[in-house]
Amino acid sequence: MVIDPVTLIVALIGASTPILLAAIGELVVERSGVLNLGVEGMMIIGAVSGFIIAVNSGSPWLGFVGGAFGGAVLSLIFAILTQYLLSNQVATGLALTLFGLGLAALMGEAYAGISPPMTPDLFPEAMRDIPALGPILFGHDLIVYVSLALVAAVWFMLAHTRAGLILRAVGESHEAAHALGYKVVRIRVLAILFGGACAGLGGAYLSLVRVPSWTEGMTAGAGWIALALVVFASWKPWRALLGAYLFGGIAALQLRLQAADINIPVVLLDMSPYLVTIIVLVLISSDKTRAALNAPAALGKVFHASG
Amino acid sequence: MIRLEKRPTPSRAWIIGAPILAVILTMIAGGLMFAILGQDPVESIRVIFLDPLFDERFAAFSRPQLLVKAGPLILIAIGLSLGFRAGIWNIGAEGQYIIGAICGAGFGLAFYPSENLLIFPGMIIAGALGGWAWAMIPAILKTRFRTNEILVSLLLVYVAEAILAQAATGFLRNPEGAGFPGSRNLARHPGTDNPEIIAGSGMHWGVLAAFIAVIAAYVLLNRHLLGYQIKLAGEAPRAARFAGVNPTRLIILCLGVSGALAGMAGLFEVAGPAGQISIDFNSGYGFTAIIVAFLGRLHPVGILLAGLLLALTFIGGELAQLMLGVPAPAIQAFQGMLLFFLLALDVLSNYRLRWKTAEVAS
Repeated sequence: MVIDPVTLIVALIGASTPILLAAIGELVVERSGVLNLGVEGMMIIGAVSGFIIAVNSGSPWLGFVGGAFGGAVLSLIFAILTQYLLSNQVATGLALTLFGLGLAALMGEAYAGISPPMTPDLFPEAMRDIPALGPILFGHDLIVYVSLALVAAVWFMLAHTRAGLILRAVGESHEAAHALGYKVVRIRVLAILFGGACAGLGGAYLSLVRVPSWTEGMTAGAGWIALALVVFASWKPWRALLGAYLFGGIAALQLRLQAADINIPVVLLDMSPYLVTIIVLVLISSDKTRAALNAPAALGKVFHASG
Repeated sequence: MIRLEKRPTPSRAWIIGAPILAVILTMIAGGLMFAILGQDPVESIRVIFLDPLFDERFAAFSRPQLLVKAGPLILIAIGLSLGFRAGIWNIGAEGQYIIGAICGAGFGLAFYPSENLLIFPGMIIAGALGGWAWAMIPAILKTRFRTNEILVSLLLVYVAEAILAQAATGFLRNPEGAGFPGSRNLARHPGTDNPEIIAGSGMHWGVLAAFIAVIAAYVLLNRHLLGYQIKLAGEAPRAARFAGVNPTRLIILCLGVSGALAGMAGLFEVAGPAGQISIDFNSGYGFTAIIVAFLGRLHPVGILLAGLLLALTFIGGELAQLMLGVPAPAIQAFQGMLLFFLLALDVLSNYRLRWKTAEVAS
């Protein structure tokens, strides 16, 4: 049995795009000092709303926009509850996931078993046919390149712009940022909405490209893996990309091994993505200095401006 | 403009009032949701909340179901509430529930077809141990490697589901089941069954265990040093450290207890209402129990009431599905909404609303 490395790499990039999108969004949210555990819920709402819009409009692009919009709308609930009503972020994030899973199942009831419109590849066939490099570099749809551009943009924003500096300041010490006159709550709400839109887009990529169809609970923990990825990345964008591709590689390999009928128990392959995520989390967190240095200092803390 | 002003101590009135108001607001918002789905809102809310208890046609069936469904929810939520109070977030109860059920059922099936009276107690212990062991994974990773217990416990749910699929189609499959997935029926075999203690009441051993857990948790939190340490660690972690609370011990303990209770709940379910290990015998109780724990304000008595209420929404949801054709997931969204309203209203117990006109910063 031979697994072709080129097709594996192409599959890997596709498999990692949804979690990369969700992770890069959550990374910005966490850098602003907010822990949103509702990624799974926002992803599945993005998956279902993107799917519904794409099927009804016949355009996958409107579907992706709709998915991002759906994720952002759901994240707005989280933003209002945690930023204005000062609720516990862990509990609210969990509520968002539970509510999102239920609402998505409700919205998608009539859409099971339908095929969405095809998402075309971006580059002409001549470029895709270049041996080896063609499929890897040019053999994807627009969203894959959007996800890469987002990683670069988030990196540039965080590392080289004033807005990024303010965002990080808010995440490190909201009291200090507030004292300097920055609108802590407003900045965090915007970050949360961005995170929701990214998660929604990732979800829509799942239902429109990866699977492509709608089934209840189809995100199957992708949102939680994205959350783990942010920790793995030590809150750095390029490491999130690396982590996502590493993870996508395991997912793609796992599927190929199942198809290849090799002598590894299916149950082991089924649980491999989750086990690998746990192992990686353990490795990262056991490195005491690194884990402690990189987490935003105000992560998960409630901010209430007194006076 | 409305401003929030922190209260010196949380308002007692709102601690009790917020969940009640949240239920009322959820009924209104849920009614709107049902109206959007093309249902009569008042009718749907009545079918969900009143008909299971008071309608003559359904009450005979529904009333016992209330205990059957509330039992596992309360049992799991009591365990979770201890951890949540101490700031230890076990959100993988669903996985511990599944593993507990598999271990307990495996113990019972190992002695099949014996009907020895000791088998059922053994199954309960095996179930509790299974859930405990599954919860020890995030606990040990947390204490040894500082790995986030939220992510690990949740990811282990998916691992548990993969093991469950393997159990139902492989190592626990009924050898006389003509190749169909699913284990032997535990509920129909004397010795491994979890029967009703009082016939027709829905009260099986798991419900009794849930009631005992409520009392034990109440005593622990109000009369025991450990309960005090749990509360202290959650409310003032620094003070807890100075007071000599050992965080490692607390993590192992809270995750262990919640895992063992969830595992027991899984065993009671699989040996009683569910009857057998099948691919989807778990009905999401481990996740709904999180809502129960919060709705009950992490207080044992509150959890008892919240468990009954959520059980009612499950039964009422099934009834609404049957009578009105309300889609099944609607009830899940409904439960999520309840948690949102509760979290939103929480602000009122810790803060006072002040109407303020714009003023110059002093």
